[in-house]
Amino acid sequence: MTRRLAWFIAGGLLVALLLAGVVSNFASSSPDGLDATARKGCTTDADGTITGGTCMARQEKDHQMKDSPLADYGIKGIDNPYLSTGLSGALGVVLTFGVGAGAFWLVRRRGRTASASASPTAPGSGEN
Amino acid sequence: MDAVAMHIANGIVNGPVSAAFAALAAAALTVCVARGRADLDDRLAPLAGLVAAFIFAVQMLNFQVLPGVSGHLLGGTLAAILVGPWVGALCVSTVLIIQCLLFADGGLTALGLNITNMAVVGTAAGYLLVAALLRLLPRKRYALTLTAFVASVVSVVVASQGFVFEYWLGGTTELSLSTIAGSMAGAHVLIGVGEGLITATTVATVAAVRPDLVYALRRLRAPARTAAAAASAQPATSELPAATSATAGAPEPTVDGAA
Repeated sequence: MTRRLAWFIAGGLLVALLLAGVVSNFASSSPDGLDATARKGCTTDADGTITGGTCMARQEKDHQMKDSPLADYGIKGIDNPYLSTGLSGALGVVLTFGVGAGAFWLVRRRGRTASASASPTAPGSGEN
Repeated sequence: MDAVAMHIANGIVNGPVSAAFAALAAAALTVCVARGRADLDDRLAPLAGLVAAFIFAVQMLNFQVLPGVSGHLLGGTLAAILVGPWVGALCVSTVLIIQCLLFADGGLTALGLNITNMAVVGTAAGYLLVAALLRLLPRKRYALTLTAFVASVVSVVVASQGFVFEYWLGGTTELSLSTIAGSMAGAHVLIGVGEGLITATTVATVAAVRPDLVYALRRLRAPARTAAAAASAQPATSELPAATSATAGAPEPTVDGAA
């Protein structure tokens, strides 16, 4: 990776961190288009739990990971909602970049540079 | 904590259909890895990681579209334009898997449904439209921005109908399918406009700073571009022709080290 690309990646990550860490606190808390449609026809209480009626979400079940320390975009144990959302978002950005870039790096086409790769290096050479 | 579920939850579509879509999603992702490897070089791998991280961040930013209804970026079109359809679908999948496993968003049972709609269908629809529009529209700078916007709107609506299809196959409650389809399409046209604005802004920014990093420009625009065409096409911008003309002679991206 060239230095120029590294700067671009760093700049992009900074923007993502600001969006997930700060701007996310100003996001709408209304249910999204899918969730709102899924709840149409049902009555819900203040927590959003379905209390009656007929709707797509009537049979909705709890998430298997609902006790995850990052569940619902917060950090368990941090009471300040801004800090909790912001930190969980920033952590999510770092984790997503790490997992994504790491996995893509592992399966990438080997060959030194993009220009060198114009030469036919066998891509299906076995690994992954 | 208030409900911040953004994707299909568990129990909305029944087990057998969810399992079938999990298998379908796994097969699709396998194809994406196989085809995406051809695109994934030393430069695209970290860029694709950034695209995934950026989509994760922007998916947290729910915007209001109607009273009591919000929406958020799905990201398929954005990823397809920046890193191509195969790697793009993998980027969105990465986000969905992390959201599911760590943030309890989008049921684990429903993961295949969510990947199918947002990563596979959304990215495919977005990319097909991008490819068509970039071939039709004049070689002007606004073409990419306009393409990003239009493809995003369509992609989001198509992805929302993917859910309607899944619900038709395995919905757990008896409801009118046409009502669901209409309601989903209506909300997602508006969400698509938001997605379109975000995608167009992001793509235009990257194209202004590093046009050589935009997959859609490399693959769908570069081969026929001559230096003269580039110069006449972008009279108002000085940096873009300089950067794009560097790629003009070569269909494969080569400029990162040289520039």
